[in-house]
Amino acid sequence: MDRGGIMGTFEILKKLSEAPGVSGSEEGVSKIIAEEFKKYTDEVRVDALGNVIGLKKGTDPSPRRLMIAAHMDEIGFMVSEIEKGFIRFTTVGGVDERILPGQEVIVHGLRPLPGVIAAKPPHLLPPEERKKVTSRDQLFVDVGLPEEEVSSLVKVGDFISFQAKCIKLQGDMASGKAFDDRASVAALIYCLELLSQMKHRWDVYAVATSQEEMGLRGAVVSAYGIAPDLAIAIDVGFGDSPGLSEAETIKVGKGPAIAIGPNFHPLLREALIKTAKELEIPYQIEAIPGPSGTDAWAIQVSREGVPTALLSIPLRYMHTPVETLSIKDIERTGLLLANFISRLEKFPPE
Amino acid sequence: MLLKELSEARGVSGNEEKVREIIREHIKPYVNEISVDSMGNLIALKKGDGSLPIKVMLAAHMDEIGLMITHIDEKGYLYFRPVGGIDERILPGKRVLVGDKAIPGVIGLKPIHLLKEEERTQIVPAERLAIDIGAGDKGSAEKVVNIGDYATFDVAFQELGSRRVKGKAFDDRAGCAVLAELVKEQYPFDLYAVFTVQEEVGLRGAKVAAYAIEPDVAFSIEGTVADDLPKEKDVSPTTRLGHGPAITLMDRSFVAFHPLVRLLVEAAEAEGIPYQFKQPLVGGTDSGAIHLTKKGVPSATVAVPCRYIHSPVSILSLDDFENTIRLMKAALKRLRPEHLKIE
Amino acid sequence: MVELIKALTETYGPAGNEARIRQLLKEMVKDKVDELKVDALGNLIALKKGVGGKKVMLAAHMDEIGIVVNYVDEKGFLRFSAMGGVFPHTLVGNRVEFENGVVGVIGVEKLDSPDKVPGFDKLYIDVGAENRESCPVKVGDIGVFSRPLVVQGNRLIAKAFDDRIGCAILVKLVEELKDCPHDLYIVFTVQEELGLRGAITSAYGIAPDVGIAVDVTRTGDTPEAPKMAVSLGKGPAIKVKDARMVSHPGVRQALIRAAEEEGIPYQLEVLEGGTTDAAAIQLTREGIPTGVISIPCRYIHTPSEMVDLRDVENAVRLLRRYLSSDELWV
Repeated sequence: MDRGGIMGTFEILKKLSEAPGVSGSEEGVSKIIAEEFKKYTDEVRVDALGNVIGLKKGTDPSPRRLMIAAHMDEIGFMVSEIEKGFIRFTTVGGVDERILPGQEVIVHGLRPLPGVIAAKPPHLLPPEERKKVTSRDQLFVDVGLPEEEVSSLVKVGDFISFQAKCIKLQGDMASGKAFDDRASVAALIYCLELLSQMKHRWDVYAVATSQEEMGLRGAVVSAYGIAPDLAIAIDVGFGDSPGLSEAETIKVGKGPAIAIGPNFHPLLREALIKTAKELEIPYQIEAIPGPSGTDAWAIQVSREGVPTALLSIPLRYMHTPVETLSIKDIERTGLLLANFISRLEKFPPE
Repeated sequence: MLLKELSEARGVSGNEEKVREIIREHIKPYVNEISVDSMGNLIALKKGDGSLPIKVMLAAHMDEIGLMITHIDEKGYLYFRPVGGIDERILPGKRVLVGDKAIPGVIGLKPIHLLKEEERTQIVPAERLAIDIGAGDKGSAEKVVNIGDYATFDVAFQELGSRRVKGKAFDDRAGCAVLAELVKEQYPFDLYAVFTVQEEVGLRGAKVAAYAIEPDVAFSIEGTVADDLPKEKDVSPTTRLGHGPAITLMDRSFVAFHPLVRLLVEAAEAEGIPYQFKQPLVGGTDSGAIHLTKKGVPSATVAVPCRYIHSPVSILSLDDFENTIRLMKAALKRLRPEHLKIE
Repeated sequence: MVELIKALTETYGPAGNEARIRQLLKEMVKDKVDELKVDALGNLIALKKGVGGKKVMLAAHMDEIGIVVNYVDEKGFLRFSAMGGVFPHTLVGNRVEFENGVVGVIGVEKLDSPDKVPGFDKLYIDVGAENRESCPVKVGDIGVFSRPLVVQGNRLIAKAFDDRIGCAILVKLVEELKDCPHDLYIVFTVQEELGLRGAITSAYGIAPDVGIAVDVTRTGDTPEAPKMAVSLGKGPAIKVKDARMVSHPGVRQALIRAAEEEGIPYQLEVLEGGTTDAAAIQLTREGIPTGVISIPCRYIHTPSEMVDLRDVENAVRLLRRYLSSDELWV
């Protein structure tokens, strides 16, 4: 099963990562995802909240339904006010405010405008303030244009996304924005590509969910609409990095983490582990004692309840424009899913 | 005593199987159908005699608060996170049982002799505590426990005298014991006795069970906070031991349906059952999830007052426990269609 | 319109006990709609039938914030908690009114420092009772701010514009709307202040094609206010985003188009900290395209909220124009 090795996956990840798609305005990335889904599924539709749903039919005469969810939205900003050509903004989703000063962004006005998040120069700040994180009401986005031009091109409510290149680092590592959760979307696309060469009995609903960062909103309505019998969410998990303990993280480069905890159905989890062991796909176990903070939390309690599992791709520096991961971990996740799906017969297993 | 058996059973949110099996054995002879849904809720249907064709859902949650092992270090110590709202101040110096094999462990602390002055008054956050099961290294620990195992507090049920008892998990094994009694009666309506899961992590089991059942009315039966210790100011004790079952007017999760509150009060007064009102806007119960199901479900909550519910050792009064059973029976006997209409 | 607004703001109706305000709204709309019912949570749902258009749900919440008595002490003083977004700094020295008409004064224990805002645990209510036994108020009773409406030029001052002003707009729409092609479900929701609860169940029951909430929003036009691009008197606001939702872009565009075609001034709203019934309606079943019309309002969640009558009248015009179109989202 060779799709051009790591380069193929990196190319897809790069396309997804660099596209704009802040929560509530995912069109920039949903178009790309819909095109990819179309290659490998039988039907693609977009629902009332913008979720992209691809159905790949199974071979059973009355197939049961498996939903796989990865969220396509990214954190970002929105224009809240324009003052003399400088743009004040609010955050959309959990943006780490420490990374803002000097950050490059794109303002999605009448046309995309490159800009930078500007802060008062340090020489002009009193000494105590230089050591503190700048509060958001002291920050502006500067697109460099004259006042009248800004007013004609930008209005309150326009979205602003991070401008960040997706790059390769050493080995099979890569860095870019929105790997949370476009890395999982890439894994899902890889899974569909593999599945197109395999037989599977269940109907597979591949869902690129919207507005996860605003409170799992796309997952709530897409799960209701699909009414799946089983669901697997793919998201990113806290990868090991300086300053974090082993207890709080999963290891980058050691495969997806399969989660255990009240949010996840034990038999579904065990079935995933069984598949990983049989195929010798590296995996880790992640214990989550409460809400997982992922689409799995919403899907599990849809309608009469859905047995749900979570696969997490280890990711460093989450919610910054320099999120970092191992490309191999993306491929392992897609491989595990595709094989799990092709072997899926009865659930609960006998 | 069922209350003792349930209190000592081990079932943290997400791992309620053992509690479910005990309850199932007890209620089997009294109900028509029993099923378990995908989240683990135990749903028992006791058909009515047909004279009041409505669906009544009674909910009590099987899960208790506890700990989950998240990491095993090189020396064999187990690191953990709380499951549900545990008061973290109570963790140090406690005995726990880990995993399905109930491996004994202790949550230890730096000896007091070695503490700096300012450390003596600081709370140690849960991330810095560890469970010691006496394993010498990671390998030995992994032979008997795994990441993801649940740990419960090792507390025995005990009668204290004057009808008071102590034990763990009275929130909500007391409610489960009440509900297990209630299924023995015959009712004019269809009774759905639901022993829910995962209430402590967000009223999760009740949400999906109510969606599937679509009841016309629902009651949650809980073990709720009694804060009747001596206070410096004359302020609310939330509920008090020995003053009867506590009726919720409103809590953080829902506003009780007024006609049902009237029903409960009238039933209590008609049969001379002591009762109290729980302090408004404290805590949340399964009613919070149930009342928002589909087009909405008229809901109420009745609770047995318990001291120290979010710590390993709670205390309740058997008088309150038995009066809760009496109150529910009296109210269900008097339940009529007009109690389901807001006006 | 002012009389309508006055009657609505001055009526008792806290979250969880909306019986009085519901009764008043029922009287106001019952002869002008085709069907009227009250659901399990107390939402008042009025249907004005159309001719083959879409199912539109318009929501304004009839509940107001208040305080709930959680204890009557030995001497007859009341301890209380906030019902919805009530804050201590708006309470000290204020009056509340209970359903039975009893008025209470909010007092405060001795403070370590007079500049600090006391927490709820340091506040109590005095209804003038001699002791617990003779106190006319009991545990669970709910008090609301006690203020009459004042009109000064275009500006109105009252308690509970949040969201009685939205209710007033829907009542006016029901009166004025003729030949609307769509089935209009006008829902006066309950318990919005406790977590959008009434919206959740009413939207599920109706399963509309489009949802529009009418509520209030903050302004940025008072001295040293937190920054916000909405001002009093500059027109109704069409919401883009608040703390919990992003409005459906197509619905938002259709609302903007209605305003522009009718020459109605409007503002675009991005709100930090705050949300409306629309956030719940949007997540109903498979998801519902949802938008919000917001009335700019100063001093929200205090006893003296302030709106501009022109914004209110323009909101009615905007919604009338929007609802007369076949295309409810672009």
